[in-house]
Amino acid sequence: MPENDRITLRVARYRPEQEMEPTWQSYEVPLRKEWTVLDGLNHVKDHLDGTLSYRWSCRMGICGSCGMTVNGEPQLTCSAFLTDFAPGPVRVEPLANFPVVRDLVVEIDDFMNKLTEVKPWIIRAEDKPLDEGEFPQTPEEMDAYKQYSMCINCMLCYAACPVYALDPDFVGPAAIALAQRYNLDSRDEGSADRRDVLSSAAGVWACTLVGECTTACPKGVDPAGAIQRYKLTAATRSLKDLLWPWGQR
Amino acid sequence: MPASHDVVVIGGGGAGLRAAIAIAETDPRLNVAIISKVYPMRSHTVSAEGGAAAVAGADDSLDEHTYDTVSGGDWLCDQDAVEAFVQEAPRELLRLEHWGCPWSRQADGRIAVRAFGGMKKMRTWFAADKTGFHLLHTLFQTALSYRDIVRYDEWFVSTLLVDDGKVRGVVAIELASGRVETITANAVVMSTGGCGRVYPFTTNASIKTGDGMALAYRAGAPLKDMEFVQYHPTGLPFTGILITEAARAEGGRLLNKDGYRYLQDYDLGKPEPVPVARSMELGPRDRLSQAFVHELDKGRTTPTPHGPVVHLDLRHLGAELIDSKLPFVRELCLKYQNLDPVTELIPVRPVVHYMMGGIHTDIHGATGLDGLYAAGEVACVSINGANRLGSNSLPELLVFGARAGRAAAEYAAATAGTGPGAAVVAQARDEQRRLERLVAHHAEGRERIADIRTAMQDTMESGAGIYRDRESLAKAAETLLHLRERYGRAAVGDHSRTFNTDLIALLELGCMLDVSTSIVHSALSRGESRGAHQRTDFPARDDERYLAHSLIHHEPDGTGRVEYLPVTITRWAPGERVYGRQ
Repeated sequence: MPENDRITLRVARYRPEQEMEPTWQSYEVPLRKEWTVLDGLNHVKDHLDGTLSYRWSCRMGICGSCGMTVNGEPQLTCSAFLTDFAPGPVRVEPLANFPVVRDLVVEIDDFMNKLTEVKPWIIRAEDKPLDEGEFPQTPEEMDAYKQYSMCINCMLCYAACPVYALDPDFVGPAAIALAQRYNLDSRDEGSADRRDVLSSAAGVWACTLVGECTTACPKGVDPAGAIQRYKLTAATRSLKDLLWPWGQR
Repeated sequence: MPASHDVVVIGGGGAGLRAAIAIAETDPRLNVAIISKVYPMRSHTVSAEGGAAAVAGADDSLDEHTYDTVSGGDWLCDQDAVEAFVQEAPRELLRLEHWGCPWSRQADGRIAVRAFGGMKKMRTWFAADKTGFHLLHTLFQTALSYRDIVRYDEWFVSTLLVDDGKVRGVVAIELASGRVETITANAVVMSTGGCGRVYPFTTNASIKTGDGMALAYRAGAPLKDMEFVQYHPTGLPFTGILITEAARAEGGRLLNKDGYRYLQDYDLGKPEPVPVARSMELGPRDRLSQAFVHELDKGRTTPTPHGPVVHLDLRHLGAELIDSKLPFVRELCLKYQNLDPVTELIPVRPVVHYMMGGIHTDIHGATGLDGLYAAGEVACVSINGANRLGSNSLPELLVFGARAGRAAAEYAAATAGTGPGAAVVAQARDEQRRLERLVAHHAEGRERIADIRTAMQDTMESGAGIYRDRESLAKAAETLLHLRERYGRAAVGDHSRTFNTDLIALLELGCMLDVSTSIVHSALSRGESRGAHQRTDFPARDDERYLAHSLIHHEPDGTGRVEYLPVTITRWAPGERVYGRQ
């Protein structure tokens, strides 16, 4: 492409101390084949307008900071290339379904709280002493949960989720996937401790299986699959409770 | 009323989270807080790829891991620290396993290990090639189970509060609100990571601006061995994204423009079809990055729009191995280089990766200031000496994060009940006023922050790169002085309090200018070549004069005063670094 090709970023601005509603601001940035939307934003920040606020860090798709809505889709801006949007303009907005703090920065405290609620850590009746070595785990046992351990907490799945959009109490795709990440880990004995949250009205049953979360996930985690699988577990469990109310397994 | 905790941990990456858990475990009565400028799971530990070294196999020994580390560090490591490190590393990695880290396994379910650069034995534990990601998320999620650990997510620490030589807390800015808060503590653990962003081309995330180093340095803690900056030999051109050393450990080869395995020309051994420990592509990072410069000088690299490159060849490894052991390498190449390493060569060049130097600490993480502890990349214990071996940094942040946490907990418990004095309160008030004045002053500025930052980065690369000499360093020192003046005129156009990243960029640049100045002055002072510090005007190692750590102290005029501290030798007398031959 020619050296001086340019593309317009149409960026949603929101400065709570200045304005009641978000506004749009356009910036023209170089269109280079290596540049991501994030590179475009950094060009704006460094050379055109230092007041634009957004989060970023690793620029290699692993830290989960730079999720935004690009042309209507939740994406990691470090992994979305400008040339894919040529000739533009490229619309850049904050992630949907979260309160906007400022410009492209959203508040994710709700997720952080839900993450803690699902107890995403190894729970055991008794700790194994370190002197006894590792918990052996075959590659097959690892495959049972590995996919769900790849979640980078980037929030794209929450931004894509139509249920979360309507019901902010919904535990949500990433938190449920991470609960399953531990439930399915052969080292863990904590599934009963996670049951109340996952089986509650705001848990897996709130999901209507649209599958937008799995489509949006940049890391192939498949939260929809995790939710579906837990529904089956929970249903089997309630059936067993019904048949053997005295608590047989 | 200022917020108050027994221990405050600054930085929520691997070292900080490990420290916080250690504090909670050591003394559950202690009130612990983690202050981080990003949500902890965004920390740069997340980007580590290749693995974590700890003796695992029956064919290996602690002494061999120590020797590899000490020789890899060109004998600048403190050997008592290395011995403690190699001894505690296996339990730390095992503890991570018990906490759920998905370490890659052998077919029988036991932990798998891989080879790594400069390591004689296979002892690098790995979680495919996303080891740092899994380690960080395991630590963060485990830390969530300690419900009493308080978190200040997205708070930027602007200064340490020091009274009578003792650190008593911090002043920090909450990004979301712009609120400036005093947070006092009996002990502070610094774990903010490195400073790769002082250079233009780095694997480091944008947040790696040396904040913790600068805060400690200004508060009076000396920085140690700052002249030792690690260039990793294989970064992707343009982005600087790391292609892990594990790619070479699994059999990847480095080729010059003629398809020749050029490392054989640099006393690194003979090319063999399969990887050989401590040889060729599994040599140490300093030597490999230096070899690249010589290839460049000989005209045997390939020019690209983003600088000269050599090529990393993984094609013979096949899709199956690459997908199981190096899936992230393939993902990164496809995404950012638009090529598939299964069938194509990967262009790579040396890239600033890691800081061997940092806040001077002892073996327990204690710094030169009472009440201040440090661990991880921000610290210099030193187990890395003049050149860190790949896969030693993840176990380092666990071993010394835990050690610093325990030491800080004991210190805090022993000094409990001694609340901050009037001097601390006054200092905090001064800092609040300084920040207000700073905002007002820079609102009138005319210089672009990014312009000064870019000039600083270019100065560091040209003056204090892989090879440096008195002339290049002196020129860099002068340019940095000039840049400090320009910094005084930097413009902060953003006048709002809510999530003001313009202001944070200004504060980060201030930190980077202090850190880069300390690097240049330390490098000027060391008249020898050792490990990653290569002086073309002093090409040989000089154990007579420089078997010693540099300690740089902050001077009020922004320069530094350098003194030296002898290296601790226990059992391994300084010798020749031998790679690729017996």
